[in-house]
Amino acid sequence: MACIEARGLHKTFGTIIALDGVNLRVEEGRILGLIGPNGAGKTTALNAILGLTPYQGELRVLGRDPWMERDLLMRDVSFIADVAVLPRWIMVSQLLDYVAGVHPRFDRAKAEGFLAKTTIRLTSRVRELSKGMVTQLHLAVVMAIDARLLVLDEPTLGLDILYRKQFYDSLLNDYFDRNRTIVVATHQVEEVQHVLTDLMFIDRGRIVFDRSMEEVESRYLEVMVRPEQVAAARALKPMHERQVIGGSVLLFDGADRQRLTALGEVRTPSIADLFVAVMGNHASVTQGAAR
Amino acid sequence: MNTMNTQSNAMPESSRDSQIDESQVVTPAVLSATRPMYWSVRRELWENRSIYIAPLAVAALILFGFMISTIHLPGKMRAALASHPLHQQEFIEQPYNFAALLLMATYLIVAVFYCLDALHGERRDRSILFWKSLPVSDLTTVLSKASIPLVVLPLLTFAVTVVTQWIMLLLSSAVLLGSGLSLGTLWTHLPLFRMSLMLLYHLLAMHGLYYAPIYGWLLLVSAWARRAAFLWAGLPLLAIGVVEKIAFNTSHFAAMLQSRFSGGPEAIAYPAQSSVMQEMTLLTLGKFLISPGLWIGLAVFAAFLAAAVRLRRYQGPI
Repeated sequence: MACIEARGLHKTFGTIIALDGVNLRVEEGRILGLIGPNGAGKTTALNAILGLTPYQGELRVLGRDPWMERDLLMRDVSFIADVAVLPRWIMVSQLLDYVAGVHPRFDRAKAEGFLAKTTIRLTSRVRELSKGMVTQLHLAVVMAIDARLLVLDEPTLGLDILYRKQFYDSLLNDYFDRNRTIVVATHQVEEVQHVLTDLMFIDRGRIVFDRSMEEVESRYLEVMVRPEQVAAARALKPMHERQVIGGSVLLFDGADRQRLTALGEVRTPSIADLFVAVMGNHASVTQGAAR
Repeated sequence: MNTMNTQSNAMPESSRDSQIDESQVVTPAVLSATRPMYWSVRRELWENRSIYIAPLAVAALILFGFMISTIHLPGKMRAALASHPLHQQEFIEQPYNFAALLLMATYLIVAVFYCLDALHGERRDRSILFWKSLPVSDLTTVLSKASIPLVVLPLLTFAVTVVTQWIMLLLSSAVLLGSGLSLGTLWTHLPLFRMSLMLLYHLLAMHGLYYAPIYGWLLLVSAWARRAAFLWAGLPLLAIGVVEKIAFNTSHFAAMLQSRFSGGPEAIAYPAQSSVMQEMTLLTLGKFLISPGLWIGLAVFAAFLAAAVRLRRYQGPI
């Protein structure tokens, strides 16, 4: 059974189309990165998956209809929706009491174990904690829940680089296993690059790119060529080209590695560069269609 | 690969599931409804400490004032002893009833402010996203919030009032004993137990059940309004009254509101006259329980709550 399965997901806010027929399937045990520009529909898609917003189309999360069964679904799903959603008035110990009280799969000892590694005290109130500590606290609570799906929407927004690195390190080391699925939507693509198993780009309410990281690594190649070889490289039909100091970087989809090696240094593109390339092509295609 | 996964994890997975199944079989209701409800109510008390701080502060104020007034108690008592027994009764009961009324007013003020913020505050501070990430239904959340003005506040007000009144009684007894006066008049003219019973009835039946549609309306407004919940709570009622007055030159709506606030025809005012207190039997309670005003009010309350539950389901942070 797929963890998340959506077919023809549609959502409009007045005249604005937020989701325009999204089809997606996320298998169990994957870490999916959902990347897209502002207003592309990331948060709307996640909200639909979490049962926070109604939608048209078909959607099953762990076999349930999220909009009709949010409270039941939340026994198996955790989510962190950007920072600062923990109530500011609550005391850390009260937070643990409450979650232990309402969540059948919360392990309080485990949460306290995670907190012991931080400087957060049980008697502190959330309003007294720094932004980074609030995220640590939220993560400690979420990681102590034996959930099957974890959804993260910009979880590290506004955090400094140390906390950001720590965040994904603890997720991978202390939480993730093959029974769990993680979906993360973020702008900070470079820091999730080595974490993901799957990659999806969303633009204007549509999924425009959906590949596993293995596929990405085998299909997409980037080569840096000196000016005198640019013409030869262009003949191989790159999907994107950008200028850097001392030459051009060309990005190829499914090109022959041997032939590229002759032109210059070949490497796997970063998600950020791949994103720009895919989005550039997608934009020109849709603009072309409009014309 | 996939089958290996299932096998290697079959053991812990199944033991975990069977554990949960077992507890669900043993106490299905406890796990699914009562526990989240209990913790949600506790959560409200953590967040809104004014629920218990306000009555306690008022009680402290009352006791402080009363303590000062006991300076003149022996003299006043001597004067009262010379007067008519009915007058004595009134003189002795008066501060106790005043304390009860003051705490009742505190209850209503706290209830109004609580209800208007209950479903608004969580959207304003975005914490609704956290609450909704837990397996607690919108119905449970709204019911837990409605239980504060309906059940928690009347019971708490009752407890605080009774304790305050007893401290007042012990305080005046000590003062009277100290000045060599007998306690007979004070204790025989102060039916504290019957007063407490009346108070409990008045608080639960009137301010809890009969006022339920008022709390329901305030909760609905707090779930709906994006800002200025206080204004939205009052303006529509005023508008309906004004339109009715201009269109039909009647004021049924205003009269209905007034009857709701004053407790309707079956109401028993507090403080009750001693004669009424004696009549206060199961019959009065029965008459209240079959009065249409109560049940119409509760039906309206249920409709308002259902609308608030639905709104909370659709709404996110503001």
